[in-house]
Amino acid sequence: MLTPRDRHDLAEIIGAAAGKGETLELAGGGSKTAIGASREATRVSLAALAGVVDYDPAELVLTVRPATPLAEVQQLVAGQGQMLAFEPWDHAPLLGADAHATIGGVVAAGVAGSRRVTAGSARDHLLGFTAISGRGESFVAGAKVVKNVTGYDLPKLMAGSWGRLGAMVELTLKVLPRPRTELTLALDGLSPAAAHAAMARALGSNAEVSAAAHLQSGLTLFRLAGFEPSVVARARHLPAILADHGNLRPLDAEESAPAWHQAMTAAGLSGPVLWRVHLQPAKMPHMLAGWAGEWACDWGGGLVWLATDVQDDAVRQRAAELGGEATLIRAGDDIRARVPTFQPRTPGVMALESRVRRAFDPAGVFETARFQD
Amino acid sequence: MPAPDQSVLARRDEIAAALRAIVPGEGVITAEHELRPYESDGLTAYRQPPMLVVLPETTAQVSRVLAWCQANGVKVVPRGSGTSLSGGALPLADAVLLGMGKFKRVIEVNYEDRFAVVQPGVTNLAVTQAVEARGFYYAPDPSSQIACSIGGNVAENSGGVHCLKYGLTTNNVLGVELVLMDGEVVRLGGTHLDPAGLDLLGVVVGSEGLLGVVTEVTVRILPRPETARAVLLGFPDPELAGACVAQVIAEGIIPAGMEMMDKPAIHAAEAFVKVGYPLDVGALLIVEVDGPSAECDHLIEEVARIANENGAVTARVSRDEPERLAFWAGRKAAFPAVGRISPDYYCMDGTIPRRRLPEVLQRMEELSQSYGLGVANVFHAGDGNLHPLILYDANVPGELHKAEEFGNDILRLCVEVGGVLTGEHGVGVEKRDLMPAMFAEADLRQQQRVKCAFDPDLLLNPGKVFPTLHRCAELGRMHVHHGEVRFPELPRF
Repeated sequence: MLTPRDRHDLAEIIGAAAGKGETLELAGGGSKTAIGASREATRVSLAALAGVVDYDPAELVLTVRPATPLAEVQQLVAGQGQMLAFEPWDHAPLLGADAHATIGGVVAAGVAGSRRVTAGSARDHLLGFTAISGRGESFVAGAKVVKNVTGYDLPKLMAGSWGRLGAMVELTLKVLPRPRTELTLALDGLSPAAAHAAMARALGSNAEVSAAAHLQSGLTLFRLAGFEPSVVARARHLPAILADHGNLRPLDAEESAPAWHQAMTAAGLSGPVLWRVHLQPAKMPHMLAGWAGEWACDWGGGLVWLATDVQDDAVRQRAAELGGEATLIRAGDDIRARVPTFQPRTPGVMALESRVRRAFDPAGVFETARFQD
Repeated sequence: MPAPDQSVLARRDEIAAALRAIVPGEGVITAEHELRPYESDGLTAYRQPPMLVVLPETTAQVSRVLAWCQANGVKVVPRGSGTSLSGGALPLADAVLLGMGKFKRVIEVNYEDRFAVVQPGVTNLAVTQAVEARGFYYAPDPSSQIACSIGGNVAENSGGVHCLKYGLTTNNVLGVELVLMDGEVVRLGGTHLDPAGLDLLGVVVGSEGLLGVVTEVTVRILPRPETARAVLLGFPDPELAGACVAQVIAEGIIPAGMEMMDKPAIHAAEAFVKVGYPLDVGALLIVEVDGPSAECDHLIEEVARIANENGAVTARVSRDEPERLAFWAGRKAAFPAVGRISPDYYCMDGTIPRRRLPEVLQRMEELSQSYGLGVANVFHAGDGNLHPLILYDANVPGELHKAEEFGNDILRLCVEVGGVLTGEHGVGVEKRDLMPAMFAEADLRQQQRVKCAFDPDLLLNPGKVFPTLHRCAELGRMHVHHGEVRFPELPRF
């Protein structure tokens, strides 16, 4: 494990590795290390690159170093009545890691929570960054203002790139006001098909539902968020909109918090193998048809968690048939060695991705074979 | 622009014949008078007729045109509706202009999962029109929305007055079909969120036609908010208006739109459309909120209170839809209104951190005096996107040049205070040479290496965005001290 003291150390380490044909794995907190195949790359801990650089709530802009703990960032912005709207969350409990998520890690992995369906993902909130490329060169992209189209939008490319393009040493994120009031309303006893219909109806209505999820128990959740008079008005309006789908009831925090937590993070789903499926919401009931294991849905049906003890990639084939894709989140070493983490793209897209990676990392410093693509 | 390649110009007839074999009938235009309509886009100060125009109708034709041009070393400039304000679609004398105007079909609308699949030549407004009967709309609303195409919006990552709350094009696109310069057709994204792999869609949006040609776009559609209301606020000076904006946001309100106008803009707009703007104020703010009516009522009250606390001297809340639209009519007519008080105007597009607004306006006033040219300001106040309109007369020798210099100084000023060269209009030709003010050489080279991954021969829309075009081989050089380089089979950009 290498532990650079600052970005200059980091640039030197990467540049030297590139010259010698070595591979490096970038690590923030290490909460997601168990995702992907085992690899022999040298780990580079970014732990020393932590701390808030600048936070101006009125400008809606926050600049931080990558290893700043996610919880610390969330606490900081909450203190100003703000939030990271993409609702990033910590994978450590899910993967049994003795670690914690960092802001750089959740952005690099494109992590987003229940609000993703209306507020966007990490990609939509990363405004700019400074990174060290695979050449060991420092470069800047994007900016520190909320509206910018100057040059290529490399922040989009960097979010969700899993540390395969460069090491971010500073990130600028858009922050947004935190809703003053949140209320969860729920329907009981719905089938997946009926739940999709209800969620589609709600998300397509002007009741401005900010999140919608469905659990195996038949519970279907709708979140209303905003200023109190608005939430109150919408809570009166939504039952009428969903009149054909059942009787909405309000959930208290004791019941709603664990339900949302499960939909967002797969908490409590038992099974050694855990898949995360992204697909067009209408396909969600088809994905679940005949599924024997435990499951949960978020994003109005666009995200399906599937837990199983079956050690093959049938889920992936089924997701592909439905036009979606499956990511292997948790599994034993042997299956992770055989099954790539991400759904393979078409050969043309894979080749283009590879050329883009070489544009940042010509020597393949960050090609650790973790994702086998 | 780079000097035209005479050897390409000499092959014009051969090129036309080859493209006619791909796009038959009237799909290839070569007659000089028929090329004229294509000689400029929304940035009319620059004009250049293309070598020829090709108007394909299918993805297969686009693919074959690009593959042929790549194989024959011919440059290609893609064009949507030609409304770019930065010269993104400016033709080159030795390039084929690829017009996407015939891709006009709405292919699919899915209300249940809230997306629409459209061809790139469909106008921005037509997407909304296709879905509005069912209570939906497409959120990004650039002011040219009646004419500008979705393909162009993707290229430029277009915004609009509502983008603080609803995002730019990039936040509202789920997928594209893209043809690369070698003719390969790829699909990026689709109808679900967060696809696996690198977010290539994210870098294609806003790439100004340099990475590929978009032949199909899947956009998200949103349910139309129940209602919208606006309040018109007058302040003695822009500083107080800016403080009001900051407090609105600090109190947790993200208005659907928040527009500021300075005194010259207010006077020009009022003289033109006569909507009752107060003329004795130094800054005017239009704040619009949308959503359930209970929310709008609550927020309008809050905004009025905050405005009062920040020294607003007038406050008028829209009582009905016609009055709300009247508030906007002046703002939306600000550009033509300025066109009435000056023979020509030049529209700039920088973004600044909002807190620096007073200082930026002050220094802009000083520049205005030193150049001897007037300036009127309209400002997307919520997100800090400033549109100074420089007033000049192109018939006075040297004034166009002076206006451009003034504009460049304003953009350098935006960067100096921590902002950017362009918030929504794009770099194009217009701001290309200013890129080094914002990016270091290493930053620009990294961006160009991405270009090389898509278009290694640099044939697609050359001369835009980057001040210096480095050959890809040169950008790919690596200093390897010793040891082996991995992946020897791959090109290195």
